[in-house]
Amino acid sequence: MNPEKVIFGFFIVLALTLNFGFFVGDIENPNHHDVYELFAVVVVNVIATILKFGDRTQMGAVLLATSLVAVLQLFAATIVWTFAVHILDIGLTPTVMASIVSLSGGALLANVISVVLLVIETVMLRR
Amino acid sequence: MNNIIFIFFRRMRLPLLSLVTVFSLTALGLTLIPGQDTDGNVWYMSYFHAFYFVGYMSTTIGFGEIPYPFTDAQRLWVMFSIYSTVIVWLYAIGTLLALIQDKTFQQALKELRFSRKIKHLRDPFYIVCGYGETGAALVNVLTERNQNVVVVDINPDVINFLKLENLRLFVPGLNGDAARPIHLIEAGLEHPLCQGVIAVTDNNDVNLKIAVTSKLLSPKLKVICRADSHEVEDNMSSFGTDYIIDPFDTFAIHLATAIQSPALNLLNPWLTGARYQTLDHPIYPPNQGRWIICGYGRFGKTVYQQLKNNSIKPIIIESSPETTGLPDSDISPDDWIKGWGTEAVTLNKAGITDAVGIIAGTDNDANNLSIIMTAKQMNPNLFVVARNNLEENKRLFDAIKADIVMHPSSIIANKIGGLLATPLLYAFMGLASHQTRDWTSELVKRVCLIVKEHVPEVWELVINNEEALAVFNKLAANEFVTIGHILGNPRKRDEQLFAMPLLLQRNGILTLLPDDAMSLQINDKLLLSGRLSARYKMEWTLLNRYALDYILYGETTTNNWLFNLIMGSR
Repeated sequence: MNPEKVIFGFFIVLALTLNFGFFVGDIENPNHHDVYELFAVVVVNVIATILKFGDRTQMGAVLLATSLVAVLQLFAATIVWTFAVHILDIGLTPTVMASIVSLSGGALLANVISVVLLVIETVMLRR
Repeated sequence: MNNIIFIFFRRMRLPLLSLVTVFSLTALGLTLIPGQDTDGNVWYMSYFHAFYFVGYMSTTIGFGEIPYPFTDAQRLWVMFSIYSTVIVWLYAIGTLLALIQDKTFQQALKELRFSRKIKHLRDPFYIVCGYGETGAALVNVLTERNQNVVVVDINPDVINFLKLENLRLFVPGLNGDAARPIHLIEAGLEHPLCQGVIAVTDNNDVNLKIAVTSKLLSPKLKVICRADSHEVEDNMSSFGTDYIIDPFDTFAIHLATAIQSPALNLLNPWLTGARYQTLDHPIYPPNQGRWIICGYGRFGKTVYQQLKNNSIKPIIIESSPETTGLPDSDISPDDWIKGWGTEAVTLNKAGITDAVGIIAGTDNDANNLSIIMTAKQMNPNLFVVARNNLEENKRLFDAIKADIVMHPSSIIANKIGGLLATPLLYAFMGLASHQTRDWTSELVKRVCLIVKEHVPEVWELVINNEEALAVFNKLAANEFVTIGHILGNPRKRDEQLFAMPLLLQRNGILTLLPDDAMSLQINDKLLLSGRLSARYKMEWTLLNRYALDYILYGETTTNNWLFNLIMGSR
């Protein structure tokens, strides 16, 4: 067992599960989407991305790409949140909430791909 | 190269991870701890403010407690946070800076930049391996002739020096071991415009390795190598190295030529000399009598052989005859003396007073100078040949006024430069060496008449639609253009330009000194020599239809419609 693989897999799966947790719920209802959950999703995704740095394999490169996509989507979501709450002072209206959640939905898709790739790689691994 | 990037990111992993972890934990704490606004209401910091605060706290910028002064609970948390974030921040920045300053990383970046430069080269180029004295002289000669060059040298100082050099063309330099194939490939060995590889490092084995690599990876390339020993030469020629240049052999042949035919020896520096260099005077080494060779190393041996071929039997002075194999050779013990040659006793023993020439050929410049000074005191009429090993001593050898100074670096540079810039000249010198003395004297006289005090310009000309469009069109229309025509002055057709043809190559057949009446054919290759001004004037005739018509028919024809109309109506 390679401990590095454990950490790797852990963070990729955690990124997906947290992302899913934030995503589920009424898309326009701010009560269904917690800011702490979004925070956790962003941090775990960034960690998962950094973990893929310096991986020379083809799979590593693809995983890095999908993680970068997820991080990009989540950053966009947080920026929308910050703008709505702090800069434009309009609060979490249904429109704002919908765009935040849909952005995180995109990140969720990227994370799903990451996990699928991880599963494929594991299945392909022969002893 | 890619390895380095991966290692770079790999090593940044831990610092970045700790940075992200500590930052987010700190920010999380700040959002969870209740604060107070100015009115005393409970206020929770948002993530936006939390990250803003952590950002300036960790980087020790410290804007203070905003937007509201902190409560004691918040301050307690911040107290812990300050140290952890600052440490993590410094750790990440420190690792980053260390990585950037890392020698291997820097080298990798340099190589990346260099190979990008090579990739963007749009002109044919040569790779010169080794930027020592020879390499520097060669790069100078080649760039002067508008030939692009790429330099590879193992010494980083030398590459920095190359950047300071005021060369006509931009010369990219790579600091790398040319014996390693990867560096040759980076220098453009597999580039479609690479014309050839020139190995002039001071190490025979490295030159050999370069030749092997080039011939294996790009068999079509011209490979020119410097070799100092016959074994290496044989080795190189065994796998098809195009030209192998041995400075000692080359010089020994020069010396032999000078003894046999001073006129021919004069032609060589004239035709290969740099622009605006003054004409050398002929030298007449004595071709009989007693010669003394000091130093029987690689140089002494080749010179000895050449002198012997010219039925001169020299006396050898050698300080360590055993190591150079003198006692075992077929030279009789009467013909060699053990000693340095720097002192009068040895020179006397060699019979300096009735000798005609002395060759100071040791590998030590100080000894060579000393030999010459002592010998000249004892016999002022001696013909002196000096071997100059290091460029920095050139001034001393100039001052001592030796009749011939042998400088390995410039010999190689001139030879390779000529070979690459004007291959026909090389063929010409080969043919000329088989001609009679009268022929060469006649040629020297003709060249003298054309040029006054500077060495002649030597250039090649191909009769094609690029270099000689006007002539090409005439020939394609089945008209006759002779060599005499293109030598005519395009301003006054009765006069001839100060130029002469040296060699004509047609379908692989070489004609030495072609006659003026000879008519040209398409794809003829001409080697011409003459004044620089003649070369420029000749371009008019070659490229401009009207200039050629004027020379051919004595009048300018024109196809200007309006002009014809006016002239016709008169």
